[in-house]
Amino acid sequence: MDYQLSNCAIKSAPDFSNEIIGETGVRVDRCYQCMTCTLGCPVAEAMDYPPNQVMRLIDLGAREVLLGSKTIWMCVSCENCFARCPNEIDTGAVMDYLREEATAAGVKVPEERIQLLHRLFAENIRAFGKVHEATMLMNYKLKSRDFFSDMGLGLKLFLKGKIPLFPAKIAGLDKVKKIFGKTYDKKFGDKS
Amino acid sequence: MKLSYYPGCTVHSTAIEYSRSIDAVSQALGIELREIEDWNCCGAAAAHSIHRDLGLALPARNIAQAQNQAEMSRDLVTSCPGCFNALKRADYALKKDEDARREIEEIADFHYSGEINIRSLIEILTNDIAAETLRGKVKKPLEKLKLVCYYGCALVRPHAVTGLENPENPMMMDTLMELMGADVRDWSYKTDCCGADLALTHADLVTTIVGRLADHAREAGADAFVTSCGLCQANLDMRQSGPDPLPVFYFTELMGTAMDLPGRDGWWRKHIINPMSLLSGLGYA
Repeated sequence: MDYQLSNCAIKSAPDFSNEIIGETGVRVDRCYQCMTCTLGCPVAEAMDYPPNQVMRLIDLGAREVLLGSKTIWMCVSCENCFARCPNEIDTGAVMDYLREEATAAGVKVPEERIQLLHRLFAENIRAFGKVHEATMLMNYKLKSRDFFSDMGLGLKLFLKGKIPLFPAKIAGLDKVKKIFGKTYDKKFGDKS
Repeated sequence: MKLSYYPGCTVHSTAIEYSRSIDAVSQALGIELREIEDWNCCGAAAAHSIHRDLGLALPARNIAQAQNQAEMSRDLVTSCPGCFNALKRADYALKKDEDARREIEEIADFHYSGEINIRSLIEILTNDIAAETLRGKVKKPLEKLKLVCYYGCALVRPHAVTGLENPENPMMMDTLMELMGADVRDWSYKTDCCGADLALTHADLVTTIVGRLADHAREAGADAFVTSCGLCQANLDMRQSGPDPLPVFYFTELMGTAMDLPGRDGWWRKHIINPMSLLSGLGYA
């Protein structure tokens, strides 16, 4: 059956809770809505559904709602929720799973810039083995079309010698590329 | 003491002053940090945020590199809490979960031996170096320097994975700073998050988070932050607004200051918030 939330109609995925328990090992069904996670979350104010509501939406089978939410991208994996949860629910691990599923499903992500930044960061590792800030940030600026924010800060860092110009590739780059092939490329295919 | 070292990507870029002060302090304490060969990025926050196995296999390759260099120490040390967290998460999965181990071994193409201990530099300086030794190196006790210790997230959480002391009230940095003579203030925000990489996509939110931390630090009577994390340092150093931002030190920079080690001017020049007026006003420049 479908449920009606105050701000959206949701399609019910009755096995969603079991799917998450099976895929992550996190016992989301233990949540009794004490809200300790949300009270300690540094970014709850910027989420559309705070962490305790994520647990409730899982219980309701609101898979599509969560895969399309801002929340899963705003989470910075600080793990304060997990540290304080009386039922030892690792919400951070659940967020990782939901982000991965959202990317694989190719859903329209409301926080496109965060997803883009993670992807470009990962692509930078694929290209060099290590992160080269200058190329990663330049790609981010071009692709996010966010050309002007922080230009002053970027220039300051550059002048202080904190952003090296030239990237260096690691010798074992082929191994790193293979890791990407067996994980990222296998799961996302042409969506990546 | 000889240790294997995983420096992480930021040592040559945004955390270069951390790297230089680590070199100075470890040399002064007789610690030889030997970089493992041909390491790769640990994946940082990005890899696990986009694909979970990518976030485990990238650090696992570094564990494989350390395993292969059999002549080197089995303690693999990193100074970056982000790298520490990623390496520890991979090691935890490899050690505790048979299915995950087989999967990661296949992806990263190695056999996990379990012989490598992932350790953080701050924990080594706290636990493996005697307090007396550290105290004996102090030439300029930092007694006039009022500090709050800021640990952030990655060093302590998740507790089962990092295995380091009380995740709500870690004391390693407090202990080290007190040994350096500093006036360490108690506060409740040691392990609050700095906003991490949202600084690039949601700068206003991170400015708010950092502003709150600075207010709480001032409330505790501190004149500066001290941290062990490059991302915490960068966010606190770059996103404080207002007329009198608090300088943000790496703990090794302050150890180097108390031990009166050379080269400090070069460290301070790398900071966005210039710490020179605070330090010279107190006689520690």
